[in-house]
Amino acid sequence: MNENTDKVKTAEKVEKPVINPSIQVTVSPHLSNTAFTTQKMMIDVLIALVPLLAVAIWVFKWHVVVQVGISVLSCLAFEALFTSWRLKKITLGDYSAAVTGVILGLSLPSSVPWYVAFIGSMAAIGLGKIAFGGLGYNIFNPAMVGRAFVLFAFPMALGAAAYQVAGGMEVLTQATPLTLAKQLGQSTPLWALLIGNTNGSLGETSAIACILGGIYLCIKRTASWEIPVSAIAALIVFAGIGNLTNTSAEWTVLHHLVGGAFLFGAFFIATDPVTSPLTPKGKVIFGIGFAAVVMLIRAFSGYPEGVMFAVLLMNAVTPLINKWTIPVPFGGPVPVRK
Amino acid sequence: MNRNEPTALERFINGILPENPVYRQLLGMCPTLAVTNSMEPAMTMAVAVAFVLLSANIIVSLIRHLLKPHLRILVFTLTIATFVTIADRILQAYMWDMSKQLGPYVPLIIVNCIIICRCEVCASKQKLGPAIMDALGQSLGFALALASVATVREILGSGTWFGLPVMPAVWPDWVIMVLPPGAFLTLGVLIGLVNWLQNKKKQTA
Repeated sequence: MNENTDKVKTAEKVEKPVINPSIQVTVSPHLSNTAFTTQKMMIDVLIALVPLLAVAIWVFKWHVVVQVGISVLSCLAFEALFTSWRLKKITLGDYSAAVTGVILGLSLPSSVPWYVAFIGSMAAIGLGKIAFGGLGYNIFNPAMVGRAFVLFAFPMALGAAAYQVAGGMEVLTQATPLTLAKQLGQSTPLWALLIGNTNGSLGETSAIACILGGIYLCIKRTASWEIPVSAIAALIVFAGIGNLTNTSAEWTVLHHLVGGAFLFGAFFIATDPVTSPLTPKGKVIFGIGFAAVVMLIRAFSGYPEGVMFAVLLMNAVTPLINKWTIPVPFGGPVPVRK
Repeated sequence: MNRNEPTALERFINGILPENPVYRQLLGMCPTLAVTNSMEPAMTMAVAVAFVLLSANIIVSLIRHLLKPHLRILVFTLTIATFVTIADRILQAYMWDMSKQLGPYVPLIIVNCIIICRCEVCASKQKLGPAIMDALGQSLGFALALASVATVREILGSGTWFGLPVMPAVWPDWVIMVLPPGAFLTLGVLIGLVNWLQNKKKQTA
C-alpha cells in the first residue's frame, strides 16, 4: 500500500547512507497481498452471483430484472445520500452497496410490489449499514436487515402465501418447496431443487448455481470456506437426526440441504467478512450455529425458512464468538494487565 | 430557599424544549415506546401524565418542609401512586376502550421517572409557583415528544393521523412501524435528529 512505501521512504531518508535492503524489516502488520481490496472482493461476489442471476432470469423472467434492478439502484442511491449526510466521502466505487442490492433483490419473492425493494434498500443501507458507521462497522448483514424490515413492514407481501401467484408463469402457481413440505407434507423432486425450476425467493431456487458461485468465492478466498463447509456438515447432522426420528418422511436430509435458501445463505450471506467471526475456529462455530438455527426454525416455527433469522442471530453473537476464540500468540498467552 | 433556582417562567420554558423530558433527559422511555403506535393513546397518556405530574408537584411542593431526606422517595412514590390511581379509575370509568388499549401503562405511570425526577429536582426544593410551572412545562414537553413519535408511527404504519386518513389510498401500511421495532427505530432516529439540531445550534451560536 502507499502508506507502507511512504514509511519505507522516510525511514530511508533518516538512515544515511542509503543502502537498498535485500530484506525489508518493518513493523507489523505485514500486508502480503496489497491487491486484495474491498473492491476486488465485491467484484468477486458479483461474479459469483452471476449463475444465480442467470437461473433466476431463466425461472422468473423479467421479475428478476425488475426486483434486482430496483434494489441495486436504490441501494446505490441511498448509500450516496446517507453517506453525504454524514459528511463522509461517498464510496460507491467499492461496490459493497451494489452487492447488498443484488443479494437483497435475490432474497425477495417475485411477486412483491416495487416499493418493497425500494424500502428494503433504504432499511438495509440506512439502518443496517450507515447508522452503525458504514462498511466495516455494521454488526448485522445489511441485506438481511433490509429483508427483515420489509418482512415485518409488509407481512402480506412477503409471507409464505405471497410466493404463490395465480395466473402468469407456471412456476409461480405452486407454493414454495419448503411451504409445501411444511404445510402439506409434499416433497419436491431433488432434480428440480438442484436446477432451480421451483418457486421461491428469486436467487434461492437453484442449488447448483449456489454451489458454483460459492465454490468460486471460496477458491478466490473472498469467502472463507470454513463457514459454508461447517454449516453444510452441521445441517446434514441436524437434518439426519430429524430424519431418524421420522424415517418415513419424504423430505430427506438432501432435500433440507438443497431446498430453500440454505445454500444461498451459507455461501453468500453468512460469509460476509464484516459480520462473521475472524478466526477459523470462530467461523466453524458460526457455521454450526447458523445451520442449527436454520433447522430449528424450519422444524419448530411457523416460518417455512429461517436463513434470514439465522444470519441475523449469528451476526449478533459474532462479537462473543470472536472473544471466545482469540488465538494464543506465538510465545504464550498475553499476560493480563492489572 | 432561593439559591439561584430557576424562576417559574424559566422552569416552564425549559421543560418544553431545552430540557425536554424525552429528548434531552431521556426519561419516561417506557410510555414513549409503548403507547405511541397512534396519536390517540399517546395523547391520552400525555394528559394522564400531565395530571399526575401537576398534582404530585403541587402536593410535594406544599409539604416540602416536612420531608425527611431518607424518606422523601417513599413520600414521592405514595403521592404519585395516589394520583395515578385516580387517573386510572377516571379512564376506566369514562374511557373504557382507551383504558383497555393502554393496558398496564397507566398504572406504570407510578414508576415513570419524569414525575419522580421533577418532584426531586424541582417541587421538593421550590415554591408552589415554580413547581406548577415546571409541571406544566415538562408535561407539554412530554406531550410534544409523544406526539412526534406517534405522528411518524401512525402516518407510516397506518396512513392515518388521529384516526383520520392522511395518506393516499394506495399507501402501503408499514406494519413494522406499529409494532415495537418501529417504536425503537423512530425514537432512535428522532433523538439523533434532535441531537443534530442541537449541535447545529451550538455551532452557529
